[in-house]
Amino acid sequence: MGSEDVYILGINMTKFGKHPDLDTVDLASEATLAALKDAGVTMKDMGIIAAGNLMGGAAPIAQIIQKQCGQTGIPAYNVSNACATGATALRVACMSVKAGESDFGLAVGVEKLAGAGLLGTGGGRKKGDEFERSGRFGAVGSVDGRIGTENMPGTFAQVGMEYAHRYGGANFELFAQISEKNHMHSTLNPLAAYTKAMTLEQIMGDIMIAYPNTRPMCSANCDGAAAAVVVSGSKLKTLSQEQQRRAIRIAASVLTSDPYEEACQVLPNVNTLTRNAAKQAYEQAGVGPEDLNLVELHDCFATAELVHYDNLMLCEEGGAVDFFKSGAPFRDGSKPVNVSGGLQSKGHPIAATGIANIWEVCHHLRGEAGPRQIEGAKVGLAHVIGLASACGIHILESNSA
Amino acid sequence: MANQIPYVDYLVLGDDPHLVANECTGCGARFFDRRNACGGCSGTEFKKADVATQGTVKTFTIVSFAPPGVDVPFVSAIVDCDGTSVRTNIVNVEASPEHVKLGMPVKLTTFVAATDEKGTEAVSFGFEPAA
Ligand SMILES: [Zn+2]
Repeated sequence: MGSEDVYILGINMTKFGKHPDLDTVDLASEATLAALKDAGVTMKDMGIIAAGNLMGGAAPIAQIIQKQCGQTGIPAYNVSNACATGATALRVACMSVKAGESDFGLAVGVEKLAGAGLLGTGGGRKKGDEFERSGRFGAVGSVDGRIGTENMPGTFAQVGMEYAHRYGGANFELFAQISEKNHMHSTLNPLAAYTKAMTLEQIMGDIMIAYPNTRPMCSANCDGAAAAVVVSGSKLKTLSQEQQRRAIRIAASVLTSDPYEEACQVLPNVNTLTRNAAKQAYEQAGVGPEDLNLVELHDCFATAELVHYDNLMLCEEGGAVDFFKSGAPFRDGSKPVNVSGGLQSKGHPIAATGIANIWEVCHHLRGEAGPRQIEGAKVGLAHVIGLASACGIHILESNSA
Repeated sequence: MANQIPYVDYLVLGDDPHLVANECTGCGARFFDRRNACGGCSGTEFKKADVATQGTVKTFTIVSFAPPGVDVPFVSAIVDCDGTSVRTNIVNVEASPEHVKLGMPVKLTTFVAATDEKGTEAVSFGFEPAA
């Protein structure tokens, strides 16, 4: 194990939503410069940069950011891990600091998705051509839609319905209530893509995308970037009182992938790797779920949020429905979940999400979250999952007494 | 009768249509796609294994919105066939939550999915409610 503690020194997320006048590079630079400013340091201090962008075609994004914000010749890592890309970038920066290779590290995630349609495969064979087998299923045409679904809303709908089948109690209305909670939470978040509350009737009556997920129950495609500056514990001691007070200790930084299981290649199993990551993270941090004051988890769909209550052990196994019904995950409940509005309302600029979640938690731990502040928050957890799969969990602790 | 070919490599046509998996001889893990080695045990020997044609719906969704080229609505599901999970569409049933149920017994069926310019028919599979 490395010897260095790692802290978030500065962090920023841009407004999520539509940025017609800013391109991927603008957004990434905006978040980067703001995170450096928040940290009270400059690009000259950074020992490593790790960055990710999935859909923007801005590659290599880490070097592109350097060209906009400061080229100092440091190692640049371009990372890609689906929706866990941002968390992966942060993890890379953390590993470098923890290993003692860098005093400071920078992690950035950026995406431009406003107006993007459904994400997934699709399309088929050109009409009329002679059949030809391709791919590892030896298929003569597209399998998406013909042999099950490959699109994200459908995949995560099945994830939620599998939980419903196993434990009972979850139905369309319950999943919609989870979404109602997150849309309500977002009304207090000025950086969210959507900030309007929605009634249960509106949510259930909206366009059905993949039963039981209607449109507002799906993560919102939008533009956004987020960046974080990390610092070693020994370096932090040499910085100002104010920097030390606002620094957030990364008590756990964990990334997992799928262990082999029956069926995990037929339908992604988002449960096991999340549970494994959570176990590791709680052990690393020396805290348990009962110690968390807030949680930002990967609600890419309403159906996903339910299963992650269980995977993160916020409730007992099989108890996610009761946990939700108890009111615990509401912002005034005992275990507030997604007080930012979550991916369903705050938005989901894929590669930025894994750092934006951490920004939200840090914001509360620093006591800077304004009207949506969770009072007295000292410990929080941020979780993301990218399909295929990668799960990133960070447990964060306030550094002020 | 038109020349018929299976839509995917792992569908066997004939009098008794069924799916066939690549089964790892080391640990018994089953895969429907081509494998270089086993994700379960890293073994490299596989044999063909017939998959049960009856099963139960372990989870499903009704996809009503999809990229161009995919007909909607359709029911996508994971069917548990005697311990082997199969990704499939549920066919010959109304695509509504009133008609598709978790735990529902289903059985494999085949249908012509596409025809090419030579008149060759690609036959795909789905699962339908078992009477
Ligand atoms: Zn094996």
